[in-house]
Amino acid sequence: MDSNIAGIRVDVTEDGYLSDLSQWNKEIAIEIAKENNIELTDKHWEVLNWIQEQVKNEVALSIRSIKKSGIIDIKEFYDLFPGGPLKISTKIAGVPKPKSCI
Amino acid sequence: MKNLVILGAGTSGTMMANHLVSKLDKKDWNITIVDQYKTHYYQPGFLFLPFDIYTEDQVKKVGEKFIPKGVNYIQKKIEQIFPTENKVELEDETLQYDILIVATGCKIAPQETEGMKGENWHKTVFDFYTYEGSLALRNKLRDWKGGKMVVHFTEMPIKCPVAPLEFVFLADSYFTKKGMRDKVDLTFVTPLGGAFTKPKATAALSHLMKEKNINVVTDFNIERVDNEKNQIVDYGDTTVDFDLLVTVPTNMGDEVIERSGMGDDLNFVPTHHNTLQSLDHENVFVIGDATNVPASKAGSVAHFESETLTDNILLYIAGKPLKEEFDGHANCFIETGNNKALLIDFNYKYEPLEGTFPIAGIGPLQLLKESIFNHWGKLAFRWIYWNMLLKGIPIPMVSRNMSLKGKKIN
Repeated sequence: MDSNIAGIRVDVTEDGYLSDLSQWNKEIAIEIAKENNIELTDKHWEVLNWIQEQVKNEVALSIRSIKKSGIIDIKEFYDLFPGGPLKISTKIAGVPKPKSCI
Repeated sequence: MKNLVILGAGTSGTMMANHLVSKLDKKDWNITIVDQYKTHYYQPGFLFLPFDIYTEDQVKKVGEKFIPKGVNYIQKKIEQIFPTENKVELEDETLQYDILIVATGCKIAPQETEGMKGENWHKTVFDFYTYEGSLALRNKLRDWKGGKMVVHFTEMPIKCPVAPLEFVFLADSYFTKKGMRDKVDLTFVTPLGGAFTKPKATAALSHLMKEKNINVVTDFNIERVDNEKNQIVDYGDTTVDFDLLVTVPTNMGDEVIERSGMGDDLNFVPTHHNTLQSLDHENVFVIGDATNVPASKAGSVAHFESETLTDNILLYIAGKPLKEEFDGHANCFIETGNNKALLIDFNYKYEPLEGTFPIAGIGPLQLLKESIFNHWGKLAFRWIYWNMLLKGIPIPMVSRNMSLKGKKIN
């Protein structure tokens, strides 16, 4: 379905995740972060870039992969994206959230 | 003579042996299958064993019975694969191969989480993904007096990702039938954003948790099991108390994959999503739970994969291009308790949708909806597994690629 984020028309899933990473840009990320009460810092951008790289390389995202990323430890990850860090960081990065079969 | 070697005689390996024995010319090809274990388990039955719905005998048989005549069966431990030398080292012999099929599966790795396989393992902390765990849990439940039962899974990917949900639904039924549901506090704990994670399923099924009075804790990334306080603790320092923890530990591919340097972080073998050829070695093919393809780790997926893989092995032998055919098709019955079940049918591209199956507009099975008929389907599946699936017999009207017929896309 269609959505308008930061004045840009994008395709999103029913729960607000971008369907197409190529439509993502920094303004969109800032806007989604704001909705989640997060102001993006350099460290946030570093993590978001890393997440996008993983998805482009078809590597599954999990807390384990964050632990092994070498750019952030898990406590920092929780501090940067409080609540559900994987759920929120993937939304801001414009990639699908980790999911199950149903 | 040329050699085709299959590693693992579980669901995938056994199916491949049955498919290939009639397709490869016996004058040219030797087929060998290797597995260190004597027993073949019907793993979907591990869901029913704890609730006394199935008995031990219904979930295990001697594996050799399902290996066809004409296939050389070796019951030995696999030490290492040397893919650049086309050889596999077993405990006391070495096999040379022209084509290798890796079907070594995956298994639980509770040691990956601090405290999980601790002093309370199989006392108050149980898995139900092994025969031993499932049986120990059955014995525990037979005289458990109630308390806080927490059903949890550690991280994706896991074999049969819906099994933890099915477990909590069946537990609700089980305790209700025993007249002790009011003494049991049931909580489902998931690392994902919800009990259901796909939009159509969330809309169609979220009511089940409320109706059955099951608490849900989401976004819980377990750091450790605290065996003194009987709690699971997540990285954000949230805790969940339990009297009885039923957990699905991290799932990993077999250690032989790690020893052979052929896997990713979780020992899954990088595999082409549509051809099932290994990405690193052209004469190595991978099937079932051993692959890293983003399909569900489930027997139905292995079944559909086996049909594509059989064709691709023949194409490979003929020197022709492989078919990029496998679409991630999965078809699974999901128990929801009270003798009802759901059926889901999906692939890489399409999430489970509502509709009728296998005949469009008629069914008789309903997709993504609870029915008694679906539950019979799930129970009938045990017979289908032993008598058709393992033997590589196609299931009538269910094709290897997912069909959109009879499905509501919007």
